[in-house]
Amino acid sequence: MIEQVLLAILACVGLSMFGAAAGRTAAGRLIVYGGTVVVSAVVLRTGVLAIAAPVATLTLPIGLPGIGGAFRLDALAAFFLVLIGLGGAGAGLFAMGDARHEQAPQRVLPFYPVFLASMILVVIADDAYVFLFAWELMSLASWALVMTHHQHHGTIEAGYIYLLMAVFSGLVLMLALGLLAGVDGGFSFAAMRVAHPAPWAAGLVFVLALIGAGSKAGLVPVHVWLPLAHPAAPSHVSALMSGVMTKIALYGFIRIVFDLLGVPPWWAALIVLLLGGVSAVLGVLHALLERDLKRLLAYSTVDNIGIIFVGVGLAMAFRADAYLEGAALALTAALFHALNHTAFKSLLFFGAGAVLSGSGERDIEHLGGLIHRMPRTAVAVLVGCMAIAALPPLNGFASEWLIFQAMLLRPELPQWGLKLMIPVDAALLALAAALAAACFVRAFGMTFLGRPRSTAAEQAREPSVFSVAAMMLFAALCFLAGVMPGALIDFAAPAVQAMTGGRLPPQLAASWVTVVPVAASRSSYSGILMAVFIGVSTWLSALAIHRFASHALRRAPFWDCGFPDAGPMIQYSATSFAQPIRRIFGSVMFRARESVDIPQPGDMRAASIVRELHDPIWDGIYAPLARVVSAAADRLNPLQFLTVRRYLVFVFVALVALLLALTLWQ
Amino acid sequence: MTGMAVIGALLVQLVQMVLVLAAAPLFTGLVRKAKARLQRRRGPSLVQPYRDLRRLMGKDVVLADNASWLFRVAPYVIFAATWVAASLVPTFAAGLLFSSTGDLIAIAALLGTARFAQALAALDIGTAFGGIGSSREMMIASLAEPAMIMIVFSVALIVGSTQLSTIAEQMIVLPVGLRVSLALALVALVIVAIAENARIPVDNPATHLELTMVHEAMVLEYSGRHLAMIELATWLKLVVYVSVIVCIFFPFGLVHDGAGPFAYAGGVVAWAAKLAGIGVLLAIFETAIAKMRVFRVPNFLGASLMLGLLGVLLLFVSRGM
Repeated sequence: MIEQVLLAILACVGLSMFGAAAGRTAAGRLIVYGGTVVVSAVVLRTGVLAIAAPVATLTLPIGLPGIGGAFRLDALAAFFLVLIGLGGAGAGLFAMGDARHEQAPQRVLPFYPVFLASMILVVIADDAYVFLFAWELMSLASWALVMTHHQHHGTIEAGYIYLLMAVFSGLVLMLALGLLAGVDGGFSFAAMRVAHPAPWAAGLVFVLALIGAGSKAGLVPVHVWLPLAHPAAPSHVSALMSGVMTKIALYGFIRIVFDLLGVPPWWAALIVLLLGGVSAVLGVLHALLERDLKRLLAYSTVDNIGIIFVGVGLAMAFRADAYLEGAALALTAALFHALNHTAFKSLLFFGAGAVLSGSGERDIEHLGGLIHRMPRTAVAVLVGCMAIAALPPLNGFASEWLIFQAMLLRPELPQWGLKLMIPVDAALLALAAALAAACFVRAFGMTFLGRPRSTAAEQAREPSVFSVAAMMLFAALCFLAGVMPGALIDFAAPAVQAMTGGRLPPQLAASWVTVVPVAASRSSYSGILMAVFIGVSTWLSALAIHRFASHALRRAPFWDCGFPDAGPMIQYSATSFAQPIRRIFGSVMFRARESVDIPQPGDMRAASIVRELHDPIWDGIYAPLARVVSAAADRLNPLQFLTVRRYLVFVFVALVALLLALTLWQ
Repeated sequence: MTGMAVIGALLVQLVQMVLVLAAAPLFTGLVRKAKARLQRRRGPSLVQPYRDLRRLMGKDVVLADNASWLFRVAPYVIFAATWVAASLVPTFAAGLLFSSTGDLIAIAALLGTARFAQALAALDIGTAFGGIGSSREMMIASLAEPAMIMIVFSVALIVGSTQLSTIAEQMIVLPVGLRVSLALALVALVIVAIAENARIPVDNPATHLELTMVHEAMVLEYSGRHLAMIELATWLKLVVYVSVIVCIFFPFGLVHDGAGPFAYAGGVVAWAAKLAGIGVLLAIFETAIAKMRVFRVPNFLGASLMLGLLGVLLLFVSRGM
């Protein structure tokens, strides 16, 4: 089966070459994106089949000389192949329709299949060399895609920061894998699995893996590139980056920390729990204050990555205390939420892409009323918004419910840090979920409801049939995953068991397809019954109303307490919608300030309101760092203008110093 | 279970669903009546809410020109989600047939679904008032919902379950005693219930004063049968919250599924008595207190969130010592 995956990667390389040659024509575009759909479908099928199959390995004579390239398809890899397959198929299908709006297809088509291939390669890599090669290829290919619209405002900046963070993340991961390989240099993952690093080395590997993989995933405080880079790319690439690439980073973290490293100490779990909780709340708060639709979605990715990492942190905490069933439940919840996030975030990015192509506008302050102009997109995006807001019976609720159940599992943990951290995380997660609901009421309401706020919104058009199909498919997926959570939990079980050693009871055996994580008396949730109940009672109430109540319906201008209508601009705007939340949470966290300037009567000046927001992470970490780097560069600048003699002296001194250090070391 | 037993259980479940639906307008009528008496007014009759419903159902729907399908579907979704939540809460009997469908977290989330639909419907017409209501509702929810989850955590850590039926039965038998966390949870839950049901001091269900209203601002554009559904859902939601409070903290008189018709009747009487008691308390509270400014509400709700978190922290810390 592993050969199929490698063939899929080769096919992607072929598609990329074809795209470079024939990407300017409509047919070429359809072939490339259609090809990626087929490749993704194959990968999806392989993942589904391989998750319960025995581990397959393969060594090819490529890669480092004398070592070769090792590949491995185990349950964890298979689970993430499913994610890639899903996300890739959806993005390809969406792009078959949406890419006709692309101004510069020659900047997208060669890189898009490579991006897909590199993510597949990361997942099946079984030695450090192949893994890092694929990781860096993924960074570079996605960077090229981010730079597609380089002439747009802010893209170059985004690309620069992304490149810096990607290089940094790759470097840190290289150090982590180097430490795992040890002095003797066993580069294969098989050797790392059996070697047990010293406690200090294990701790260091964990920290490096968290920084390296966390920055790719978008964990606070190394998330800063994500809300800049993800929205800058073309929409289907944004969907792939937010929906799938962040999960590949999650894969890297799980692979290193759960598989290669052994069992990290409990304080590692504490750090992950802390960063996860902070990411969730900070991400969603940023999203709530954002008015660029795609950037809003990118910030919400930070939120969801935080939720997933809370699940992972819980699994680490339980694992450190040898409570395997608990670890299994927490990791199941994390993986389930990862899958759900792939589904609804891809869907929402498709929706944002459809809005962008249909109206040319991504500022929600200029949108509105699109439910009339783009009815199908509106339905699909509504499902996505409800799923991401964790509302039953959709999938987001099912996975967050599981995470809450995992938190309640064991209050008897012996470590005080965890005893205090887990309840705080529960509060942070609950806060993030409630804020996400507010955020997506705002996003959907401002974009699709109300009256159009600009001519662009008035003239918006529904996207092509491919794009609508992609969105509808993913909306259906969100619904299915929500009503059949038990099937997905069972599906992920082999991967969870391989990583934690624990296993949940089979869920599909329970009656009414109810999810019972521990015991029926403790907690249970049945998505399908919930959906049936809501459906039946909606239908019953509609039936009763139509039987007994008046049918008369009159259209009239709206009431609005009798206020005269001054046009669509009198509607609540996105900024005003977020104002209460900005005032409650933002005044502390973002040092939000508002100053209103109302001229005196008789003064003909326009009134103005000025808002000020500060990103604590950027101001606290990155801006000082940039200042230090730039000051150091200024100081070192004279070194560039020395004579050859001076340089030779430097080389000589450096050589002597190194030799001296070496002799002293021995 | 045998066939007859399943039919019997189904019947009890249906009785519960019909009962909450029938009791909801009466409960609101009771609170209004009690409030009026406290204010030395005679007040409308107890059955006035039923009359209101009939009147609204008989009237035309006046729909804004630019209302979309969402505006017309939302009332049914709001009503259905609230009704499902109401049928999952044990009122007179615990352990009903479908009680395993969702636990307390799911019930809170179902009410969240209803709120989501309501907030979206408020934005659909594109008026300033709809926006105000929607924005403030989500602001209140952003604090009330995490507080609710913290309350669920407190209770779940004490009885070891998030399932409401199990919680109620455990609370009867467990020697719970006077627990600090439980007291904190009760205070927090009362605050959440007040905020979520748009009662004084968070919102005033009787006002149309523009600058203070939240819930009323959202339903301003609704009329006729749509308004009837939303009103019924609002009354139902109040009953849900009161039932949750009595089910967790005052579960006396609750019977278990399969207890027999007379026991059920006793359960219904006990539930009705508890509801009436809380209704009168609510009326006294609302009469005694003044409405808050909107930006005081976060402090009020933040206190509830912190109480809940404190309760959970206490429970985590006191374990395993």
